[in-house]
Amino acid sequence: MTRQSYERELQQLRDDVVRMGGQAGEAIHRSVEALRERDVAAAERIIAEDDAIDALHMSLEARCMRLLATQQPMARDLRTIAAVFAITIDLERMADHAEGISRAVKRLGAEPPVKPLIDIPKMEALLQEMIRETLDAFRAQDADRAREVAKKDDMVDELRNRLLHELLDLMIRNPGIVPRALELLIVARHLERAADHLTNVCERIVFMVTGDLRELNV
Amino acid sequence: MEPQKAGLIDRTTGIQAEDVHAWFDRLHALRGISMTIPERKVTAIIGPSGCGKSTFLRCLNRMHELVPGARVAGRILLGEEEIYGNGVDPVVIRRRVGMVFQKANPFPTMSIFDNAAAGLHLAGERNRRTLETVVEQSLRAAVLWDEVKDRLQKPGTSLSGGQQQRLCIARALAVSPEVLLMDEPASALDPASTLRIEELARDLAKDITIVIVTHNMQQAARVSELTGFFLDGELIEFGPTNELFTRPGDRRTEDYITGRFG
Repeated sequence: MTRQSYERELQQLRDDVVRMGGQAGEAIHRSVEALRERDVAAAERIIAEDDAIDALHMSLEARCMRLLATQQPMARDLRTIAAVFAITIDLERMADHAEGISRAVKRLGAEPPVKPLIDIPKMEALLQEMIRETLDAFRAQDADRAREVAKKDDMVDELRNRLLHELLDLMIRNPGIVPRALELLIVARHLERAADHLTNVCERIVFMVTGDLRELNV
Repeated sequence: MEPQKAGLIDRTTGIQAEDVHAWFDRLHALRGISMTIPERKVTAIIGPSGCGKSTFLRCLNRMHELVPGARVAGRILLGEEEIYGNGVDPVVIRRRVGMVFQKANPFPTMSIFDNAAAGLHLAGERNRRTLETVVEQSLRAAVLWDEVKDRLQKPGTSLSGGQQQRLCIARALAVSPEVLLMDEPASALDPASTLRIEELARDLAKDITIVIVTHNMQQAARVSELTGFFLDGELIEFGPTNELFTRPGDRRTEDYITGRFG
């Protein structure tokens, strides 16, 4: 009987990680949308809604603690709880990056764009792909897939570097755009960091499945 | 305290089990156990009730054969010596391989002092000075001395459960065993006394080989360096405790330690 409710709680933890990952991904998507649309009101909503993701993070951590204290989990169960503990922190940080992007959107306000948005939406699309695949790998307990996802982090870094060089060129030619160009770099930096957090999540998935804890994509 | 302990336990040895089988009449309780128990470490044996873990422990000091109808086959080496070899005296083996049981069992009519001295007394030691020295050494080794030094003549049964168990450990240590077997030594104790016994086992393992059978997996995880998992009289998995509890190699081990059967 106890084990049944224990199993249920473990499953609930896993479900909530997927839910939280979905929410963090959605927040990032909407923050880039807000940038594209110059929608300050939408940016403000995203900032306000971050509290809900923080609350889910706290709840996951508290439940992990309680399971550790009351169930003395072992083997795969122990690894799952340890992984969820770490993953929830990375997902919460990812959501914070959506908040960071939204703050940049607010600072940019209605000012005219420096240049058409090309690489940032590409980064975001790639990030969304990584989020979907990471959550799939988590659900399916698939270490190989998690390792594959982590490799994509390099592509996000490349896009960011390309944008950096392009904006540097523009700023040298036209110093008047520096404040706005820097905001775009900040957005790109947030997206790149979000992908780094996903890589951490992938590391924890590999650990959860295999017991092997090592850095991916170093 | 260290030098006294060193005087008490002058040598230790590992145990090598090779294809050990054991029977109770027709019940085949152990089915070909082979394992190397290294010296100066705590080795834990876990497994569900009836898996053969206590039987195995009793084979290691020839106590299994005390049960009518019990038989053992295979080889068990204590250091270099085959303990089931021809001409080996089981009494000598039981002295070299001491045992502590689930329920603390101090001799009820004896004082604390006489309990601790019982093994030596039985072995013919009558010199009062020697007995006093060994009793103090073994009570110190069992971390009981400070609690009982002023009432050594009180009955052993006047002590608390945890103290009685430590008295039994002192009694076992007094004859300078090379190996100490512990069969569920803390399962009848409260958490604080349990932790003291565990700490004691870890501490003693600096000098002596310890094999502990336990139902409590957290205890095995806390106290031992190596753990063996028994199931239906077979050794399913044996390896570093940390590995076994975080990523067991066998599905049956996983299912047992995560509480999915047993």
